[in-house]
Amino acid sequence: MSTNSQPAVLLPNERNFFSFLISELKPKGKIFTPFNIISFPIMMIGLVIIFLRFKNGIGSVTNLTQDVPWGLWIGFDVVTGVAFAGGAYVLVFMVNILNLKKYKPILRITVLNGFLAYLFYSAALLLDLGRPLNVINVVIGNNFGVSSVLFLVGWHFLLYMLALLLEFSPAIAEWMNARKVHKILSGITMGAVIFGITLSVLHQSGIGALFLMAKDKIHPLWYNSYMPLLFVVSSIFAGISMVIFEGSISHKVFSDQLDESSHQSHKNIIVGLAKICTVGMFAYFTLLVLVFIHEKNWEYISTPMGSWFLVEIIGFVVLPMFLFFYGYRHHKITVIKVASIVTLLGIMLNRMNISIICYRWDAAERYIPSWQEFVVTLTIIFIEVWVLRWIVRRMPVLRQSPEWARNSH
Amino acid sequence: MSINRRTFFKAMGATAVALSVGKPVFASDASVNESEFYGILYDITKCVGCHGCEYDCADAHGFTEFDIPKDPPFRQTDEKHRTVVNEYETSKGKLPRKTQCMHCNQPACDAACLTQAMHKTAEGPVIWREDKCMGCRYCMISCPFDIPKFEYNSTNPEIVKCDMCAELLKEGEIPACAYNCPEEALLYGKRSDLIREARRRIHDNPDTYVDHIYGEHEAGGTSWLYLSPVPFNEVGFNTKIQTTSYPGLTKGFISSIAPVDILLPAVLLGIYEATKSTSKTEEEL
Repeated sequence: MSTNSQPAVLLPNERNFFSFLISELKPKGKIFTPFNIISFPIMMIGLVIIFLRFKNGIGSVTNLTQDVPWGLWIGFDVVTGVAFAGGAYVLVFMVNILNLKKYKPILRITVLNGFLAYLFYSAALLLDLGRPLNVINVVIGNNFGVSSVLFLVGWHFLLYMLALLLEFSPAIAEWMNARKVHKILSGITMGAVIFGITLSVLHQSGIGALFLMAKDKIHPLWYNSYMPLLFVVSSIFAGISMVIFEGSISHKVFSDQLDESSHQSHKNIIVGLAKICTVGMFAYFTLLVLVFIHEKNWEYISTPMGSWFLVEIIGFVVLPMFLFFYGYRHHKITVIKVASIVTLLGIMLNRMNISIICYRWDAAERYIPSWQEFVVTLTIIFIEVWVLRWIVRRMPVLRQSPEWARNSH
Repeated sequence: MSINRRTFFKAMGATAVALSVGKPVFASDASVNESEFYGILYDITKCVGCHGCEYDCADAHGFTEFDIPKDPPFRQTDEKHRTVVNEYETSKGKLPRKTQCMHCNQPACDAACLTQAMHKTAEGPVIWREDKCMGCRYCMISCPFDIPKFEYNSTNPEIVKCDMCAELLKEGEIPACAYNCPEEALLYGKRSDLIREARRRIHDNPDTYVDHIYGEHEAGGTSWLYLSPVPFNEVGFNTKIQTTSYPGLTKGFISSIAPVDILLPAVLLGIYEATKSTSKTEEEL
């Protein structure tokens, strides 16, 4: 009763928080950078296309066909994007479980990247749903399709986003100077870490398992019953390659956030990551060869699809594997960076081959994404980068945590 | 002592019997259900390719503006055509063949659907339920026969496919195409009876039919069954289709999820504790 009689005014610290939030919302840094000049118009066009998609239906902006129901928005944004975001669980495993302190400086930026990637890829997923409001059926549980791989992927996806947010939350607490909350959040990080890794292993493999029932539709060189395993193994080096690639950009863009020692340690970190990639890719390549022999696929090698398969395996798995190997043996950072880009292209190629290019490769009407689909995909990536930049400029992501936070544990 | 042991063995035996019997009982339950499914037997030798069933289907599902071009080219089912009849050049001349949802005994679309919008009813039809579907199109990815179609140009799109006139079946009637077929090429009935009838036809006219009922085992068995005078690949069937059910392809993965969800955290916690203690001793040193 007494609460009702109180006048509705903000407490002093709450008022501070809002003015703090408003001051933080203002842009920091230059407005007319080349990136902004390119990305802003694309984002505007993208938002118009998204509006048209909800006004006129999916078919009005995409080239999807009855034969190929999942296009660029699923094949790239979700299937490829999740593999790219795999760096978060791999690094969390290395730093928090294996206790490899060397990689700690890049942990937060990787977790933040992973979280934002998942957040925006699920947004892309909603765009692709024909009846997006019914997505609630999956969450509230009146219609659990527990035998569905997609159901399990969806739930692991959702819970993993929560785990990533918890893992990152101490940085938000440090930004807001919330010391008590920081202590609580740091305490529960370990639980989030362990469940986050478990959820990751399952949904990374789950994305491969999504295509298990498309047995007659995916070219036999790409379809096999080991797809879940191949997806989870490739997500390890795909994620790390993304960490290397993204790290080399953010270290230039956000160099003001970094001190001299972290520039030096970053070189060591990249060499270490290259080593992990080499081993991961070797394991993946061995698996691919075993699967190839096991599935008796020799007859397809001389076909055009066979050549395409060899391009993917030799050009985008074996080649970057050797580049990573050379890079870490001779401490050549540039070679490692090139290797990471080739690897990322290779993962893109692999995921798109399974979900789009070699999916119903025999269909009479081939699916080629429309320009609108490309623009929307770019829009989602750009919004993600803008949000990432906003956070990095404000929260202790790349720079050191404040003194009080470091001393508390 | 001996009595104790005897009771012990009795109990063990009873448990063993219960455990070993338990599973077969379940399995036979499932097969009883499958033979209770209703379906349609389509005899290509009786079909004259009049496209009448297409009109009846459109009528039954409220497509008013419906027209089939004269001398139609090869067509596929789509969001406005739940069934189509195509003509194929075969070793026995031109033959028609009707295409529609096969209504699998264990449908891939049903297993794929994460909101249970696709649903295999106890009577046999696989139906789509509007209030549950979220339009993800995973059923289209999974269906080995490429049957579910999507209304891409609608703001509230539906998944369209043959529902074996499930609404009519509830009222005690039979599917529109089978009811109206002038040549009785479509025979509606209990799936087990239809298989028996198909076998009888093959047995009585061994020269007319190839000795195979498409749908008896394909994709783990389907409610629609086909009889053909020519090898089935000549009339556009996928004859390489597996004879086990499609949901079975994901069973291994799905059953491995729970063990991983339970065991992996324990392993991770173990590694964490192991690495933590060594680092502490290092710090102490």
